[in-house]
Amino acid sequence: MTGQVRAQPAPRRGGTLTAIVQPEPTNLVSALTAGAPTGVVSPNVFDGLFTYDWDMNPRPSLAERWEVAPDGLAITFHLRPGVTWHDGKPFTSADVKYSLENVWKKIHPRGRGTFANVETVETPDATTAILRLTKPSPVILGAMNSYEAQILPRHIYEGTDPLSNPANLAPIGTGPFRFKEWVRGEHIILERNPDYWDEGKPYLDRIVFRIVPDAAARAALLETGQAQYAPYSPVPLSDVARLRDMPNLAVETRGYEWISPWLFLEFNLRKPELADVRVRRAIAHAVNRDIIAKTVWHGFGTPAVSPVPSTVTRFHNPDVPKYPFDVKKAEQLLDEAGFKRGAGGMRFALTHDFLPYGEDYRRTGEYVRQALRRVGIDLTLRSQDTPSYLRRVFADYEFDISSSWASTFGDPQIGVQRFYWSKTISKGTPWTNASGYSTPAMDGVIDAAQSVADPAERVRLFKEMQRIAQEDLPSLPLIEMKFFTVHSKKLHNVAMGPDAVYSSLKHLWLEG
Amino acid sequence: MGGGILQQAAKRLAQSVPVLFGVILVNFLLMQSAPGDLADVLAGEQGAATPEMMLELRARFGLDQPLWVQFMHYLGNVLSGDLGYSHRLSVPVLDLILERLPASLLLMVPALILAAGSGMLLGGLAARKAGSWVDGVISVGVLLAYATPLFWAGLMGIVLFAVHLQWLPVGGMRDPSADLSGLPLVLDTLRHMVLPVCTLALFHAALYARLMRASLLSSLQQDYVRTARAKGLSPWQVEAVHAGRNALLPVLTMIGLQAGTLVGGGILVETVFSWPGLGRLAFDALLRRDLNLLLGIVLVSSVTVIAMNFITDLLYGIADPRVRAL
Repeated sequence: MTGQVRAQPAPRRGGTLTAIVQPEPTNLVSALTAGAPTGVVSPNVFDGLFTYDWDMNPRPSLAERWEVAPDGLAITFHLRPGVTWHDGKPFTSADVKYSLENVWKKIHPRGRGTFANVETVETPDATTAILRLTKPSPVILGAMNSYEAQILPRHIYEGTDPLSNPANLAPIGTGPFRFKEWVRGEHIILERNPDYWDEGKPYLDRIVFRIVPDAAARAALLETGQAQYAPYSPVPLSDVARLRDMPNLAVETRGYEWISPWLFLEFNLRKPELADVRVRRAIAHAVNRDIIAKTVWHGFGTPAVSPVPSTVTRFHNPDVPKYPFDVKKAEQLLDEAGFKRGAGGMRFALTHDFLPYGEDYRRTGEYVRQALRRVGIDLTLRSQDTPSYLRRVFADYEFDISSSWASTFGDPQIGVQRFYWSKTISKGTPWTNASGYSTPAMDGVIDAAQSVADPAERVRLFKEMQRIAQEDLPSLPLIEMKFFTVHSKKLHNVAMGPDAVYSSLKHLWLEG
Repeated sequence: MGGGILQQAAKRLAQSVPVLFGVILVNFLLMQSAPGDLADVLAGEQGAATPEMMLELRARFGLDQPLWVQFMHYLGNVLSGDLGYSHRLSVPVLDLILERLPASLLLMVPALILAAGSGMLLGGLAARKAGSWVDGVISVGVLLAYATPLFWAGLMGIVLFAVHLQWLPVGGMRDPSADLSGLPLVLDTLRHMVLPVCTLALFHAALYARLMRASLLSSLQQDYVRTARAKGLSPWQVEAVHAGRNALLPVLTMIGLQAGTLVGGGILVETVFSWPGLGRLAFDALLRRDLNLLLGIVLVSSVTVIAMNFITDLLYGIADPRVRAL
């Protein structure tokens, strides 16, 4: 996906943007809380060292330049001089050092892995930060935006418990917007930072993030123009067509490439039926991913080929074992596995714990049930609330087939390997390897990819990972999900990069 | 009878201690029996976790302690007036509740007054004209209002008045994009109140109307009414003062019961209208296993119920002097 730029009038300065964030963020610092709602608001207040272009190449933000040592054991960032925090204090390399050593590496759920090989951050002067690594970690360069590796002010956080610092609810950053107020349950207001380093930006005077728990009310706010920007699939899929046809609204699916989410079924390999790879392959053949994408998800998805979505262009491997929709083949595989049709025409019964994140996942489950019953697998759906689901699937392992979605974050090392690596089988830890899948071949490839310096070799290893994943099928990728943003047609520059949903809104401007 | 109220209050206070203890214990155990804890929820929300992170979170929240230690700890805090801390929201529970309480009251009190007022009026009217077309129209309307799901009525209100006619805002308690203060803020808030208050009142009004009609009808058949009529009192005096006052008792009971739900009773309406009330806060706390927050809200809510029941009992005495003797 490349960023075609439409011919546009010159940006207009000023105006208040009313945006919708749902659900309400728990705090406003992404460096501490990786949740999506925080990620929608927080990057407006804070900057990262990089932003990313459409090909996911780094672009300067708080870092103007950077070098990676030939042996891959040092990364040097040359920081932008003259940048100040919203309270007037200067931004320096000490802030980078503090953020990495005390927050990203210690508290952030993904940063703990991404920055694990960083031994120390050297700060020879105020505008230079050198990461000293024990092993090469190319993964770092893909995780430096204002959402994934947000720079926090050392002078506010040092010597405090970062997680309970009051600044988490009234943040002080270097970003294009300053925090003004947060009325819990109602709204968060940010105001233009007149001293922002990126001359002329931001265009908007003010952003009001409204907290609107009901989907129909969100649609009504957008329809009436009382809100102009709502990211992260704010309305039910069945409502999108109606909104898209409205003269004042547009639906944008770009800006989610960096997270590249995919939907999958995870198989519990501890169950005797599912331990047999032929059964898992039979299920893959029995499920028509086209129907899931087009009908169940109203076209907001494309059939998945591998666990690394095709939108992660650098790493995606299209040459993997494929399982075209083929009922006969599925039946044949199940017969071969020794599961003949018994009384009532069923071979065996399984339970499906679908992700309790709304109707779309239930409907996906209903389709899968129908598809599997056709080949003689009696699937029962089980619904529950989110904590129950997390416990059942990731702590008790008392499930047969679960559904789940995950984000790639531009790099399989961050987003994908956690479901396939035996080292991530961790009872009680959500979003890890719940299938119990563990093979020397897969572990070998993933182990090797952790510290390889050569980018090409790294890509090769992750492509191999996808091949093995699709051969063994501990989890079955269903669709590459397309999240969407609904926005007013008067609002411009909504998707300016692959991580737009988690970027600042400094490029956005409103027609008068 | 002197000091009766104070005596009664002291008695109620003493009775409420075991009740509150029971409320805390039952809710604590109920939350424990639900699978998953706050650490699971936070990891779930973040979309990623590591085993170390789970251990750190549980230690931070005290979830690694034995159950009885957690309970005694909570109880001790409550006794010293500390409702604890919402670890998910990083804010003391009492602050969160006090933040939301005005919004809840702003929604529930007018809704209750509107519902009780219009319900009694309509119910009274229907009872006086029992069997006439007026009674028929009111009864059908009341039945419709009673049977309409709250959220649906709310959504239809939004579609009609906020989307098509655009007379009223879609939701929220005020317009956050304008810096309002003083009278404009009051007017803006009133505009935002119209739909949620009316939606919530609709259902309750139906309840009161039915109750009032039945109650007044039975009062009107009492002997004392015949006596009053025989005395030559005006119909107004007979129906409103003599029968009406008696008919009020069941309605008052109902108001007392419903006023007890002031704190959390508006979840659906709060959700549909993005109203920042306590009901939503409680619902989120439950789904997110935010134990301290939920227990805090339940506790405040129980205190409200107890207080409202007490006030209702006092009002009984005013409406019906016979009760005072008890």
